[in-house]
Amino acid sequence: MYGNDYETPDAQRARQLEDTPESFRELLATEGRVEPRDEMPDAYRRTLVRQIAQHAHSEIIGMQPEGNWISRAPSLRRKAILMAKVQDEAGHGLYLYAAAETLGVDRADLLDALHSGRQKYSSIFNYPTLTWADVGAIGWLVDGAAIVNQVPLCRCSYGPYARAMVRVCKEESFHQRQGFEILHTLSHGSPAQKAMAQDAVDRYWFPALMMFGPPDDNSPNSARSMAWGIKRHSNDDLRQRFVDMTVPQAQALDLTLPDPEIRWNEDRGHHDFAEIDFTELFEVIKGNGPCNQQRMEHKVRAHEEGAWVREAAAAFAAKQAAGEGAA
Amino acid sequence: MTKGLTRYLLALGDDALVSSQRMAWWISRSPQIEEDIAMANLGLDQLGQARSLLAYAGEVEGNGRSEDDLAYLRDERDFLNVCLVEREQKDFGVAMVRLLMFSAWQHELYAALTGSTDLTLAGVAGKAVKETAYHLDHAEHWVLRLGDGTEESHLRMQAALDAEWPWLAELFDNSFVNEDLLLQGIAIDPASLRESVEGRIAGVIGRATLARPDVADALSRGREGRHTEQMGYLLAEMQHLARSHPEVTW
Amino acid sequence: MTTEPLWEVFIRSRRGLSHVHAGSLHAADAEMALRNARDVYTRREEGVSIWVVPASAIEASSPEEKDSFFDPAGDKGYRHPTFYHVPEGVQHL
Repeated sequence: MYGNDYETPDAQRARQLEDTPESFRELLATEGRVEPRDEMPDAYRRTLVRQIAQHAHSEIIGMQPEGNWISRAPSLRRKAILMAKVQDEAGHGLYLYAAAETLGVDRADLLDALHSGRQKYSSIFNYPTLTWADVGAIGWLVDGAAIVNQVPLCRCSYGPYARAMVRVCKEESFHQRQGFEILHTLSHGSPAQKAMAQDAVDRYWFPALMMFGPPDDNSPNSARSMAWGIKRHSNDDLRQRFVDMTVPQAQALDLTLPDPEIRWNEDRGHHDFAEIDFTELFEVIKGNGPCNQQRMEHKVRAHEEGAWVREAAAAFAAKQAAGEGAA
Repeated sequence: MTKGLTRYLLALGDDALVSSQRMAWWISRSPQIEEDIAMANLGLDQLGQARSLLAYAGEVEGNGRSEDDLAYLRDERDFLNVCLVEREQKDFGVAMVRLLMFSAWQHELYAALTGSTDLTLAGVAGKAVKETAYHLDHAEHWVLRLGDGTEESHLRMQAALDAEWPWLAELFDNSFVNEDLLLQGIAIDPASLRESVEGRIAGVIGRATLARPDVADALSRGREGRHTEQMGYLLAEMQHLARSHPEVTW
Repeated sequence: MTTEPLWEVFIRSRRGLSHVHAGSLHAADAEMALRNARDVYTRREEGVSIWVVPASAIEASSPEEKDSFFDPAGDKGYRHPTFYHVPEGVQHL
């Protein structure tokens, strides 16, 4: 990345847009929005397909850790909320697959890429939900981090992706709040409940910070995604924003974030926090997380066991269509 | 009288709660994403019915028990749901056949209960009758497609139907309904629903090219709190966290 | 692999308003598509009426035709009321 050190942001953007069709550059410059049938560089299309598919896969796999507690939710009210939330995640996956499909790929092929391991999902979902408080921690921290990531995507240059994100963000607004409410109730409940809440926050804090991706100096594709208007802020900027939002919320919860180095830095106008050890993240990405295998098995089994249903529906539809044709 | 009404409400509430618990298992396991969302809707409707009925049962009983006390702190022998809904349903065909039976029955029941002289119960029924109409529609569409889909799906659906049919009759058992509740127009006699419910189901399975099973009824005694062995595990899973921390708020 | 056809979903949010494109979904046939649309796109009371249309049935104008399709309307301001001068004090016009 040394070569970029002395480039202004504008110069860097211009360099990233070299070799792209003029109509595409003009669209980015004037409208800021690209729609499915517009001319676009292959690399832009490929990047979007990969990113949107990975985002969709994350929503779908993300149903599992929280779904793990639906049957055991400790009150009927909590059970209803959790069912509605996990249902929303299915919906979000669906909207995102549909956005990817506008780029000329088929959902069945994307699912196949997920099932065969060719495409990834967010590593955060390879951590287990060990206690009920984990459902709270996921809502507060994981969804909180996701929202920080997703809000700028509502202005992403690719129209269908941006529109899907608008819907997702609107629906997600209750997700983080319900997680916060779970933790608040636990932390103001019995000593055992409070300990459960603290333990969950201790386990989910650093994985949540890692959701923003590697540090900027180690994020090779960021500059190009920013020039293309897919990404609006750097990984580190978004991470900082999340930390600044979350620290006062932790105080309101009366819970401690597991980082003794967190403190307000008057000069920067931001919170300082410890350097993140990414070795664990890379292990999880490689497939060595506690739940990688389980998540994939669950997903693949459901897909395979549903094959006869999908085939029957298609056969019935074909018969109906043939019948209509004959009549 | 109070006891009779409490028991009636618990039976209907337990049906909905236990069915919802089984339905929720499908969220993330259904044949396609669209169906995950549909099954979550079904389960949420049933859970909503259960909460209204259990909350009202606690109120009528008068011992200060909440919906959660009734859901989480009763033992297996005190649950009054029919055995039809408590058994595992990890096959989509079984899930849809059971939904057809259960929602056809619930729909007729709630339609009749909208005229209950108990206005709270009539109110719950007024909401539930719309929900169960949709559940029945969903089940009918799938049973039709799977029964008349591929050769494999036809065989699987016939097997599912054969397996579920013996458990249907308990829905019409009226031994748990207090005579006075019927006389006062509060409750509906489930036996009176039999003809219309079975007619509705028979119509669907006929169109789905499936055969009405010729099998004996199971000795299903859930209304007396005598359940299948699977019920204990369902409750163990559902209740363990709440019971591990008594007297707290969640 | 079986791929269910893609459907476009249009929702009327309130009586008196038009159906507006809400999104897409997959379903084997129109009846299931309509039901899926209800479950997927009206969970938060977003609609009172739904249309589903096979995505393959939509014929769309292409960006290359943008100039010939849409630019010619640009110089015809006389189709808009603001084009006309109305003398001071004249009302109901």
